[in-house]
Amino acid sequence: MSEPVTASAPRTTRADALRFYGLWIAGATLLLVLPLVFSSGGSLTTFSLIGISIIFALSYNILLGQTGLLSFGHAVYYGIGGFLAIHGMNAIAGHEWPIPLPFVPLIGGLAGLIFSIILGWVSTERAGTVFAMISLGVGELVASSALILRSFFGGEAGVTANRTDLPAFFGLTFGPQIQIYYLIAAWVLISTIAMYALTRTPLGRVCNAVRDNPERVQFIGYNPHVVRYLAFCFAGFFAGIAGALAAINFEIANSAYLGLVQSGVVLFATFIGGVAYFFGPILGAIFVTYLQLGLTDLTAVWQLYFGIIFIGMVMFAPGGLAGLIMMHRPLARGGTLHMLLPAYLIAAVPTLALAGGVILVIETVSRYIVHADASTMVNLFGIPFDTSQPVTWVIALVLTVGGFFVARMTWRGIAAAWDRAATAARDKGHLA
Amino acid sequence: MRKLVLAAALTLPMLAAPALAQDTLKIGYIDPLSGGGASVGEIGLKTFQLLADEVNAKGGIQGQKLEIVPLDNKTNPQESLIQLQKAIDSGIRYVTQGNGSAVAAALSDAVAKHNSRNPGKEVLFFNYAAVDPILTNEKCNYWHFRWDANSDIKMQALTSYMKDKKDIKKVYLINQDYSFGQSVRTQARKMLGEKRSDVEIVGDELHPLLKITDFAPYIAKIKASGADTVITGNWGQDFALLLKAAADAGLKVNWFTYYAGGTGGPTAIKQTGLDHQVFQVSEGVANGGAPGAIEVEKVLRAKYDISNFYPRAFNQIRMLVAAADKAKSTDPVKVAAALEGLEFDVLNGGKGFMRKDDHQFFQPIYISSFGSLADKSMFDDEHTGWGWKVEAKVDTPDTMVDTTCKMKRP
Amino acid sequence: MLELIVISTLNGVLFGMLLFLLSSGLTIIFSMLGVLNFAHASFYMLGAFFGFQLTRWIGFWPALIIAPLLVGAIGMAVERYGLRNTHKHGHVAELLLTFGLAYIIEEIVQLIWGKGPMDYRVPAILDFPAFTIFSTNYPAYKMFMLLISVAIFIGLLVVLKRTRVGLIVQAALTHPHMVGHLGHNVGQVFMLVFGVGTALAAIAGVIAGPALVTQSDMAMLLGPILFVVVVVGGLGSLSGAFIASLLIGLVQTFAVSMNGSLASLFGPLDPSIGPSLLTDVWNVTIAQIAPIIPYLLLVLILIVRPMGLMGTRET
Repeated sequence: MSEPVTASAPRTTRADALRFYGLWIAGATLLLVLPLVFSSGGSLTTFSLIGISIIFALSYNILLGQTGLLSFGHAVYYGIGGFLAIHGMNAIAGHEWPIPLPFVPLIGGLAGLIFSIILGWVSTERAGTVFAMISLGVGELVASSALILRSFFGGEAGVTANRTDLPAFFGLTFGPQIQIYYLIAAWVLISTIAMYALTRTPLGRVCNAVRDNPERVQFIGYNPHVVRYLAFCFAGFFAGIAGALAAINFEIANSAYLGLVQSGVVLFATFIGGVAYFFGPILGAIFVTYLQLGLTDLTAVWQLYFGIIFIGMVMFAPGGLAGLIMMHRPLARGGTLHMLLPAYLIAAVPTLALAGGVILVIETVSRYIVHADASTMVNLFGIPFDTSQPVTWVIALVLTVGGFFVARMTWRGIAAAWDRAATAARDKGHLA
Repeated sequence: MRKLVLAAALTLPMLAAPALAQDTLKIGYIDPLSGGGASVGEIGLKTFQLLADEVNAKGGIQGQKLEIVPLDNKTNPQESLIQLQKAIDSGIRYVTQGNGSAVAAALSDAVAKHNSRNPGKEVLFFNYAAVDPILTNEKCNYWHFRWDANSDIKMQALTSYMKDKKDIKKVYLINQDYSFGQSVRTQARKMLGEKRSDVEIVGDELHPLLKITDFAPYIAKIKASGADTVITGNWGQDFALLLKAAADAGLKVNWFTYYAGGTGGPTAIKQTGLDHQVFQVSEGVANGGAPGAIEVEKVLRAKYDISNFYPRAFNQIRMLVAAADKAKSTDPVKVAAALEGLEFDVLNGGKGFMRKDDHQFFQPIYISSFGSLADKSMFDDEHTGWGWKVEAKVDTPDTMVDTTCKMKRP
Repeated sequence: MLELIVISTLNGVLFGMLLFLLSSGLTIIFSMLGVLNFAHASFYMLGAFFGFQLTRWIGFWPALIIAPLLVGAIGMAVERYGLRNTHKHGHVAELLLTFGLAYIIEEIVQLIWGKGPMDYRVPAILDFPAFTIFSTNYPAYKMFMLLISVAIFIGLLVVLKRTRVGLIVQAALTHPHMVGHLGHNVGQVFMLVFGVGTALAAIAGVIAGPALVTQSDMAMLLGPILFVVVVVGGLGSLSGAFIASLLIGLVQTFAVSMNGSLASLFGPLDPSIGPSLLTDVWNVTIAQIAPIIPYLLLVLILIVRPMGLMGTRET
């Protein structure tokens, strides 16, 4: 977890280079074949939204993970990008300009960039809490103004466009979702490569330094304010691209794009994914978007689960999903990962029981109080429970309380196994 | 890293599109079920579920079982589009929505685009409560049908009633700052000007939607203006809180409203002690005496302890059945054609019809007031002991308004 | 017009005092723990809902005492088992913890009480007009709210100026590290401060619940305004929080009662100009932009004076 964002060793050997490019090629191939495997309309929508979310979360991590700026208003640039893209699409269709749809995200990106240039200088004057509060204020300000400046933002209803009115691009009309998916996938690849490259530039490195120790950055002759400002502008640019892609996908931009909720979601996604690694936000975006789409169908109180997962991450795994995975890397290299397996398996049983118990408690309360008329049946891991039966309540309580105490013991087992595995790995020289 | 993404993606169950079950006709109910507007959305859901039970008890639609699929849109247009996509992907061909004209506009637009791009997979959008006139005028489209009287029709009826009330001299307009609220204020100004040029409009207020917790400053303003009548399109908490603040300040005026009957509204009126001084313009109340309306009112109260806030939902679903019977099919394209111009005996008594030009349903409109009940057999609301009394009926021909809709037909 | 000014002033001061009940706790917590408690408005909401429920069971007056105690206990538990464990991961993690907590509290409240507004009534003994001014009634309950908030304000002053705990808290406002080095920075004081801060918010909730709306989105509506107050006032400054609370309370109330727009000032635009950004800006009234004025103030203050009105340190 202590490994910073970009501190991997310079790639010198051929094998390393091969592995490095192999990863990107594998990623590109994956994006290419995904819709062939899952071809239903629902999957395509899911993938499209995940793709947008990935760009957005990665852009957010330029601020949070790489420069140490906690923003509560990043959606402003996402939304501005979305609105400009919609207006751009309408203008292109209206004037019959020869600009095909795949270039529209650039309009959004430039819009995000221009707004970050305007708003960024005052925002980034200070880091820390002051920055967080300014971003909150600017966010609320822009979101509320959107409802007042109706001719541009379209009020509550927003602005719509028809993406098929744009000139065709090599015969593609971009009506069907599959074409939109590939458009988004292409932009995900381009943006991800660009943002990764950014972390490898001197600017990226100075951003890390500003995050870790702004004073010393000043001593070596850089102005931290300027560095933060540049990072902010890049983040705004990519957020604008994500917003434009969202606008293309939905063919509508409305004030919700700019709001606090949207800013909160990207913060959740980035943090849950893990801010310390470049690929963290990608995991987070996939996970959170999927939860948002999937959980809403399963339970009426999905936001509660969302909050619990988030708090659990903050308290127990502040490195996020990426941090959890990368913790195992030295062990995997040392070949001692298998030593953890028994402890994990043992812990899995009571931990799952605990999770099941908590879910059962929440669902019981939810059905009992809120939806008194709705069906009382809950299907948990394929086992049906009737929440109106006291026996279910007892099971829920036993699972929760018992699961917690047993799980706590097994977690200690994991810690012990971890120590052994780490020691063994260190003996082989694989742990710094 | 990509390997992990791959593994994750493969193991995650996708938003599955299950095979279209031929024996169920699903209606996607896209309305807020969490967040600020949820209390309203849940009442609508219960009403539709009751209707599904009713239809299924009678053998369904063309032999198909009717099922209502709740889809939470959090009153957010973008979220609604995701829900619409979800509905379409799971084979749903009918969606209904009511809360928020902005949402309705987004859905109507998206449904039209979907239908033009996916011939053979058309989806119909039944609007049961979004009343922005724009939806059946400038932005009208063939796949959208509206059962609620739009706000112009309601204002037409309301001002016809106010025309003969000579004690109305100073009117104050207070509305939510969004498309519907603005259309209420514009039409009130226009129609009052036409019918009662002697009435003075002493205030015209727009306040942020669902964000005000204390209306006391607004009430102070109304009071200072010397108004004797307030016209408001406010709904939900914006109405209840408005009246609560009015009661606290002791403001005694006549209230002409669109949505006084919503959750919390009757309670708030009772607390203010405004006996038959709060009026509502709607497609009817159970106390109007229509036998069908009384029947469903009893069922809804017994089953869910709510009153029937959406008689139009009954008209909507029953007309869907009638149209499907007429077309001998539940195919949306055929049903849409059958719905055009379809006449129907509405729940609250009288004849209504779905106008072909703009897909707006026209029906008798009632002005009713809330207060103490003369007859003990009448329904009270929210256990206040007070209930609605019909003050006036405006029959279907007198509710007609023109449309600018130029509909593109498939 | 005079009537409007008097009523608006009263309402503005009242709203301002409510804001101060919340912002004082938030400020003290921030000073001592260095955490900007995102969930502070959620504790206010818990206060309102506990107050509502306890009023049903045992009446308003016992609820006024018990609900804040319960909420304070929850606050202490959050500090003890949540924040203290997160402290080692840094301030961002702590901030995010309270951010997530705000989410969870809202959801739990919805789970238990549903999503609609509660029928939380003003106690009958206070349900009468206190006085009539230019034919407008001013409810007695609002006077009671004003009284309670002023009483707590005075109580807070006395505690801060006259007691040992107050001394430590005061010292922490300006020299948090020094207080720590003196050995006062023990967990118990932290826990106590967090408990008292959240209990203050809960008192505001109990008394504001019947007058405003008791609904599961009340925290989300008030939360951002609260941050505006503490940041404008100056992070860590109690007097700043007091001034900013009153300022924002008055500004919001008065803005609502003003109809002025650029159009009314300079006359309407040429009607031949179609709807554009210019006509939007030209025709918008001050009342319409009332909700964004606090944020405008926040951004302006932070640009001109990043430490806030009365603040002495930046973060």
